[in-house]
Amino acid sequence: MVINYIPVLLILIIATGMAAVIMILSRVSAKSRPTREKLMPYECGVEPVGTARERQSVKFYLVAMAFLLFDIEAVFLVPWAVVFRGVVQSEAYGHLKYVFYGEMMVFMVVLFAGLVYVWRKGILEWNR
Amino acid sequence: MANLLLEWVIKTIVILLILVTAVAYVTLMERKVMGWIQLRVGPNRVGPWGLLQPLADGLKMIFKEDIVPTQASRWLYILAPALSLIPALMTFIVIPYGSEINLFGHRVELHVTRMNVGLLYILALTSVGVYGIVLAGWSSNNKYSLMGGLRSSAQMISYELALGLSIVSVLLYTGSLDLVDIVEKQGGWPGHMGWNIFRFPLMIVFIIFYIASLAETNRTPFDLPEADSELVAGYHTEYSSMSFVMFQMAEYLNLITASSISTTLFFGGWNGPFVGRLPFLGPVYFTVKVLALIFMAMWIRYTVPRFRYDQLMRFGWKVLLPASIVNIIITSTVILFLR
Repeated sequence: MVINYIPVLLILIIATGMAAVIMILSRVSAKSRPTREKLMPYECGVEPVGTARERQSVKFYLVAMAFLLFDIEAVFLVPWAVVFRGVVQSEAYGHLKYVFYGEMMVFMVVLFAGLVYVWRKGILEWNR
Repeated sequence: MANLLLEWVIKTIVILLILVTAVAYVTLMERKVMGWIQLRVGPNRVGPWGLLQPLADGLKMIFKEDIVPTQASRWLYILAPALSLIPALMTFIVIPYGSEINLFGHRVELHVTRMNVGLLYILALTSVGVYGIVLAGWSSNNKYSLMGGLRSSAQMISYELALGLSIVSVLLYTGSLDLVDIVEKQGGWPGHMGWNIFRFPLMIVFIIFYIASLAETNRTPFDLPEADSELVAGYHTEYSSMSFVMFQMAEYLNLITASSISTTLFFGGWNGPFVGRLPFLGPVYFTVKVLALIFMAMWIRYTVPRFRYDQLMRFGWKVLLPASIVNIIITSTVILFLR
């Protein structure tokens, strides 16, 4: 029922309000005495060297891409899992239960093959 | 309609107040448990047994100066704590903490709302929570923060896979994403043990789920995003005052939410002895179970040392992910042939 989603909107508004109140509270109640040193990036008390906007290891991007692929595959698994028990135990579709099961097993094998490929390519090795 | 809306508003506000109080006292609980495990007494000066300590901490933090570093990206820096707090607050509305009680001659269902995609809603919001951390790390323009933010994004997306796939095994059993349905299917306490944790493949699934949820909430041994000994404080190094409090609140809220989801999915939610006749016992059982799981997380925190980063990624991708895929295969086979 769509009407049951209204509380999501409600709590979004209330939680945003709460976050706003918390932020305004600290700005109103605390004294602000900025100095140059206080507003520098923290680097253990030493003058910061260079900028933080450096290039980062490509591993982070590779992991993000691998995540996207596997997460999309997980999305296909969820609806199958939700209806699985109903289909297997139903009268009308009972004769299709092995097809229903087997097709997903093939999908899982493909998923596993993908994982093995990513593994063999060394994307998951972080100590090299 | 107006009645229903009023009920929702009241329930939402009550649940938010309970959550904020719970967060305050979970911090106290953590410090007490840490004290006991390290053979100390923990905070005991402010109020009896240190019960007013969270209040004192809160007041202190309010009167601290809120700093925005000159080199930071100002708006992202200010918005990031809110971005991690708001999703953390929002998850709790779908979690059922009791069946139905009579309150002033009015039937009240003990959950804010019931939607048929409840579990997906929670998964979606936990993913949104990553944005706050990544943006905080990037916008601070501090090397430690950036490293913390990057690490946490890679860690959280890696363990989210294991988390999502372990939930699929639970779905195979329950056949519903509605959390109220999932709890009701585990009912029937005195007759047989209906909790999911007592079913054969789901015991192993719980272990995977629990480890992955610890990693999702950045708890030790997976607290690399804020590893104090190498990254100072990770993504919230530059934050002070209430912005810092918002990150801390989000972290403890995530811990509470993760424990509540574990309770709902595996430990029968509000189910327990006599809950059918005395429905007000439901929230009591629910709270006890959640507190036990939170205690377990704290126990793990003070027992196990932190992982190294390559160990963390190897464990997530090469152990938990294949294990949860194999578990889906085992669970579906068991359902097909044995039930």
